[in-house]
Amino acid sequence: MLKKRIIPCLDVDRGRVVKGVNFVDLIDAGDPVEQAKIYNSEGADELCFLDITASSDDRETLFEVVKKTAENCFIPLTVGGGVRTIDDISRLLHHGADKVSINTAAVENIDLVAKAAKKYGSSTIVIAVDAKKNGDKSWNIFTHGGRKPTDIDALEYCIEVANLGAGEILLTSMDRDGTKIGFDNELLSTVSSSIDIPVIASGGVGNLEHFVEGVLKGGASALLAASIFHFGEYSIKDVKTYLAEQNIAVRI
Amino acid sequence: MKLVIINYGSGNLHSVHKAFEAVNNNLENPYEIIVTNTPSEILKADKIVLPGVGAFQDCKNAIHKIDGLFESLEQVVIGEKKTFMGICVGMQLLAEKSLEFGECEGFGWIPGEVIKIEAPADYKIPHMGWNEVTFRNHELLNNISQNTDFYFVHSYYFRTQKNENCIATTKYPNPITAAVLKENIFGTQFHPEKSHNNGKQIITNFLEWEPS
Repeated sequence: MLKKRIIPCLDVDRGRVVKGVNFVDLIDAGDPVEQAKIYNSEGADELCFLDITASSDDRETLFEVVKKTAENCFIPLTVGGGVRTIDDISRLLHHGADKVSINTAAVENIDLVAKAAKKYGSSTIVIAVDAKKNGDKSWNIFTHGGRKPTDIDALEYCIEVANLGAGEILLTSMDRDGTKIGFDNELLSTVSSSIDIPVIASGGVGNLEHFVEGVLKGGASALLAASIFHFGEYSIKDVKTYLAEQNIAVRI
Repeated sequence: MKLVIINYGSGNLHSVHKAFEAVNNNLENPYEIIVTNTPSEILKADKIVLPGVGAFQDCKNAIHKIDGLFESLEQVVIGEKKTFMGICVGMQLLAEKSLEFGECEGFGWIPGEVIKIEAPADYKIPHMGWNEVTFRNHELLNNISQNTDFYFVHSYYFRTQKNENCIATTKYPNPITAAVLKENIFGTQFHPEKSHNNGKQIITNFLEWEPS
């Protein structure tokens, strides 16, 4: 049986791991390569790096982090943040990323999704969506790391990028991010039940039960979390053991 | 001994290279690993690895765009029977044809065709993530337990014409070919380079493999 994936996410700022609460108040939580190695040995199913500053001056630091991680961790590595062009994707893949996640650039230039999927294969292209609730069963997407609102409907957008060849949706609830009150399972299930490609749940996980709910209520194929792992509240193994006890298939 | 990893611009080339390097460094008699698309280098190879991600046709075209690349592969793998390993689309290319985006001819080294995964509506496509593999005993699967999880990412799969060429399968929920074998030619649908320690074991087995 296909396993539900547990994906620790490292928010990286100039080569250091940080995780903010609602995208602000950054706290330093270490060296990304060392963290990645720990997650790799603990049984993470994939790793995710999000370069949150994405200022072009500091891009080289990220490439170095990606390269070192790829040399040490033999599980899939997704890298996102500041990915704007086909050339950005090429460079990340060349440095050892296995998948590249695109956020703002896909919203601004939807053709990029189809172009990238055609060139590198759907499985390489993750579309990251930051969504905020604006009414009953309705969410709008935000760009620029959650700073810029749009009037684009999140569900319609996810359906569109799936049709254009995206391999996966990384769906972050801006309402829940950093709150530790659980994933927005209504958002997840609304999107997940409307598209064929896998949805990665992100934003809001605070305890073990939240992971279970993300699968059972949200219909997520994979569960992404950051601070809950970084500060040692729970290990990857804790999460997987708990999911297995609830009869959810995981790779132990 | 030379191990050649074929470079035709595949997205997983770097990962494959790094994983083979990591395994190779632990061997008593390590290979000289060369990443190349130069026919004269390929002709000197003792083992060949063909990575591949993306669409079948794009990979096929990329290979044929490089002058003499396919011919040199055919000469060492079919002519001289050097051991070969294809990964993901690199494995699917061994088929006679693929039905992805219309019909496209493959290498035709193993009889069969590449077809869309058929799964019930609530199964996500691509088949992405870790899934259990069962297999027929073979030295390429030494030190791997039945039902071990490997990392898959694909929407199409290689349906071999002969059962004997399919040595491993996974279920989604219908059986899907996970690895193929014909004489000196081996291929995995899953990504050993991304399957952690069990993936490294498959790479070790391939490096130690000497088909009779």
